[in-house]
Amino acid sequence: MGRALAAFIWVMTILSVWMFLDGRWWFPKSISEHGPAYDQQFVLTIIVVGVAFSAAQIALGYAVWRFRDTGDGSRAVYSHGNNRMEILWTAITAVIFITVAVLGQRVWAGLHFQPAPPDSNRVRVVAQQFQWNFHYPGADGKFGRTDPARISDESLNFIGLDSTDPAAADDSVVATLVTQVNRPVELNLTARDVTHSLWVPPLRFKQDAVPGLDIKVHFKPLTVGQYEIACAELCGQQHYKMKSFMLVLPEDEYRQLVALPQAQFQTQVTQLVRKYPVKYD
Amino acid sequence: MAEATDPHEVHEGGEHEGAHGHGAHHHPPSGFIRKYIFSIDHKVIGIQYLLLALVSVFVGLTMSVLMRMNLTWPGTQWPVLGTLFPDGAPNGVMSPEFYLSLVTMHGTIMVFFVLTTAPQGGFGNYFLPIQVGADDMAFPVLNMLSFWTTLAGLVVILAAIFFSGNSVVGPTGGWTGYPPLSAIGDILNVPGQGMGMNLWIISIAIFCVASLLGALNFIVTLLNLRTRGMSLMRMPLTCWAWFTTAILALLSFPVLLAAGILLFLDRTAGTSFFVPGGLSNGSGIEALRNYSGGSPILWQHLFWFFGHPEVYIAILPGMGATSHILSTFARKPVFGYRAMVFAMFAIGLLGFFVWGHHMFLSGMSPYTGFAFSILTLSIGVPSAIKTFNWLGTLWGARIRFTTPMLFAIGFVSLFVAGGITGLVLGQTSLDLSMHDTYFVLAHFHLVMGVAAIFGMFAGMYFWFPKMFGRMMSERLGKIHFWPTMIGVYAIFVPMHAMGIVGMPRRYSQFHEVINGQDVMIYEFLRTTPGLVKMVTWAAILTAFAQLIFLYNFVYSLFRGERASDNPWEATTLEWVTPSPPPHDNFGGKVPVVYRGAYEYSVPGAPQDFVLQTTPDETEANAPPHGEVSAQGQGDGSNGHR
Repeated sequence: MGRALAAFIWVMTILSVWMFLDGRWWFPKSISEHGPAYDQQFVLTIIVVGVAFSAAQIALGYAVWRFRDTGDGSRAVYSHGNNRMEILWTAITAVIFITVAVLGQRVWAGLHFQPAPPDSNRVRVVAQQFQWNFHYPGADGKFGRTDPARISDESLNFIGLDSTDPAAADDSVVATLVTQVNRPVELNLTARDVTHSLWVPPLRFKQDAVPGLDIKVHFKPLTVGQYEIACAELCGQQHYKMKSFMLVLPEDEYRQLVALPQAQFQTQVTQLVRKYPVKYD
Repeated sequence: MAEATDPHEVHEGGEHEGAHGHGAHHHPPSGFIRKYIFSIDHKVIGIQYLLLALVSVFVGLTMSVLMRMNLTWPGTQWPVLGTLFPDGAPNGVMSPEFYLSLVTMHGTIMVFFVLTTAPQGGFGNYFLPIQVGADDMAFPVLNMLSFWTTLAGLVVILAAIFFSGNSVVGPTGGWTGYPPLSAIGDILNVPGQGMGMNLWIISIAIFCVASLLGALNFIVTLLNLRTRGMSLMRMPLTCWAWFTTAILALLSFPVLLAAGILLFLDRTAGTSFFVPGGLSNGSGIEALRNYSGGSPILWQHLFWFFGHPEVYIAILPGMGATSHILSTFARKPVFGYRAMVFAMFAIGLLGFFVWGHHMFLSGMSPYTGFAFSILTLSIGVPSAIKTFNWLGTLWGARIRFTTPMLFAIGFVSLFVAGGITGLVLGQTSLDLSMHDTYFVLAHFHLVMGVAAIFGMFAGMYFWFPKMFGRMMSERLGKIHFWPTMIGVYAIFVPMHAMGIVGMPRRYSQFHEVINGQDVMIYEFLRTTPGLVKMVTWAAILTAFAQLIFLYNFVYSLFRGERASDNPWEATTLEWVTPSPPPHDNFGGKVPVVYRGAYEYSVPGAPQDFVLQTTPDETEANAPPHGEVSAQGQGDGSNGHR
C-alpha cells in the first residue's frame, strides 16, 4: 500500500508538472507593454511553485515508501522535533515567499501607482447587462456629458449621452474598444447596473467596472490586431456571452477613425473589425 | 489498559477544576426524544452534525456533477432534467440561470453546511470534551441549540430549491452574493434574484447565529474543563485546531451576519448600503431611482472579512485531525508540536489581515492591494511549517496504512498542491490575469473541496469505531480511497491549465450550437475542450466512488465488527473509554493525565504507544500484552489476524 501510494504521488507530480510545461495551455501571446514583465514574474513564480510542489510531493512519496511498517517489530524514531530545522526551514521559506511577494508588486505598481501618461488616448467604458459600451470623445477630445436619466436602450442611447451638451455632438459610443498601437490608453470604467469586469487575456489586464465608481486605469498595447473581451464578474444569466472586441490600430487608421463624426464611426469600426481577424498565436 | 487512578479521586483547585463534576452536568436522558432528537449530549449532537453534513454533501455533489455535464455538453436534452424542471431546463436543455443557481447552491451548501459543520460541529463537538477529559461541553443546552439552528438554516436553503422561481433551483448570485446584482437583481428581472435571494440571506443569517452559539462553547470548554494533568501543551492537536477555529468563527461570523442584514434591508427596506445612485436598466425603471450613495465594494469588504477566516475555519480542523492521525499510524510523536500550535495561531491571526486579496481588481485602492498581497504571502510561511512538520512526523516512522492514514497522507499531498498556488494568486500583479478564472477554482477546490474533505474522511474512518462501537470495513475503505485520490487530482489539476488559458468562472457554457454548428464562444479558449471533457468524466467517476463510502458507512453501522476501546492502539483520552463511550464519557472515572498526547515508540516502554493516562510509576509494572481490554493490533483488525 505504501509503495502504491508513493508511486501514485510521484506519477501525479510528474503529470502535473508536464501539464504546465506542455505549452498547449498557456497564455496567448502578450500584446501589451507590461505583458513581458507579467509573463516573467509568472514564470518565476511557477518555477518556485513547481519546485516546492515537486519537492514536497517527492518527499512525501519517499517517506511513505521508505518508512512503512514492514512488520519486523522495530520501532519508529522517538523524536519530538528539531528546533534548529524548524528555524532553518521557516527562515528559508520566509525569505523566498517575501522575495516573491515583493517582486510580484512591480507590474502592479507600474500600472496602478501612477496616473496615465499625459499623451494617453482616453476611452470611457460603461458596462451593462449584457454588453460593453465604449465612449469616444470625438475630434474635440472632450467627453460629452452623460446623464443616467437619459439612458434609453430603445433609442440606442445606452450611456445617457446628453445631446444638449455641444461637446457630445461628435462623441461616439460603440461596443468595440478601439486603441492605438504603441500609445497608452486610459480607460474610465463604470457600470450602469451591476458590477462587470473587463478582461482581455493577451493584454494581461483585467479590471472590475463598478456602478457608482469611475475607475481610471491605463495600459499600452503594442501589437496591431483584434482581441476578444470577456466579462469577468458574474453579472446575470448572460454573463457567459457578454463578449466584445478590442482593436489595436496603426496610428494612421486610429487617427482617421476618431476624427470621424458619429454617423460614420460605427461603420468604420465594422470595416476595421473585418480587416483584423481575431487570431491568437 | 487498567487505569492507575483512583476512580473516586477528587480534584483540587487550580486551573483544571472549572465546572467539571462527576456527572454533575446532567443525568443520562430517558426516552427516545431526549436521547436521540433533542439531546444535550455532545456526542449525540456531534453525530447529528455529521449526518447533516452527510446529507448536504450529497446534495452539493449532485449539483456539481450537473454543472460539469452542462459545461461539457451544453444544449443537450437531458430527459430527467426536463421532466423535473420544465422551466429551468425547457426540453431538457439547461438554461444559463439554472446553471447559475446550481453554482450558487453548490457553493453555499458545501462551504456552510459541509465544511463548517462536520469538522467543527461534528468531530469537534464529539471529541473535544472527551479529549480534554470532560464529561460534556460547558454549555450543553447551547450546544443543542446550535445544532437545531444549523438545521433550520439548512431547511431554509433547501427551501430555496423550490421557491426561487420556476427556472432556477436557487438564487443566482454565486455563494459570494455581490451587490448590486444581489440587491437589485430582481428589479432588473434577473432570474433567481427574488425570493431565492431572500431565502439565501435568511439561511446564512441563521447559520451565523448557530455558529456563534457553538463557538463560545468550544472556547470555554477547552479553557475551563480540562481534566487534571491536561495542561494546554498536553492537548492533542485536534483540540488546538478546534480552539483556533472557534475563535475565528466567533470573530468573523458576526460580520457576515451584519452584512446579510444590510443587504436584506437594501432589498426590502429601501436602504442604499451597497447600491449607488444613477443606475439604469435601459428603460427608465422607477425603482432604481430610490437608491443613492451606496458602495458595492463595501459588501466585498464585509463579506471577505468573514470569508477569508472562513476558509481557515474550514481547513484548520482537518489540519488538526491530520496531525493526530499521522502521528497515530506513523507510531511517532508529532514533529514539532509547539511549532504546530504556533503555526495554527499564526494562520488564524494572519487570516484576518488578508481579505483584500479577493478584491485586488475590485476598484479599491491599489495601495491597499499592495499591503494585502504582502500579508497574504506571509501566510504561506506557517502553512509551510505545518507541511514540513507533517513530513517530519513521517520521517523515521513505522507507517501502518489503515484507511484513515491513507486519507491523512492524502490531505498532506492535496494541501500542498492547493496551497502552493496561493503564491501565484496572492500577488497583485499576477492576479491581473488570474482573477476570476479557473485557476482560482483549482486553488480553492484543492484546499477546501478536497483536502478539507480528506480531513473529514480521515476523521470519519478513524473515529467511527469510537462513535458507533463498530469497525468500518478496511477493504471498502481502500476501495473508496483510490478512485477518490486519483479522481480529485484528475478533476482539479487540469483547471490550472484552463485558468492560464483564460477560462473565466461562473460561465454556464463555453460553446454553443449556432446554425447546427458547435462553436466556441471565445476563440482564446479553443485549446480547452479536451481538458473540460476529461475533468467531467473524472468528476462523474469520483462522485460515484463516494457511494462506496456511503455503503460502508451504513453497512458498518449495523454489521460492522464490534470495536474494542482502542482498536488503533492510540494514546489520547478518547481511547481509554469504551466504544461508544458512556453518557458521561468516562463512566464516573475522572481521567488523570500524566504525559503528552503523542507518546509513540517511546524507548523502553512495553508497547509502541503510551496512553496519556499512564503514570510513570506503573510503566515498569505494566501487565503483559494481551491481558487488558484496550488492546488491539492498532490496524483495526481488533486482534483478529
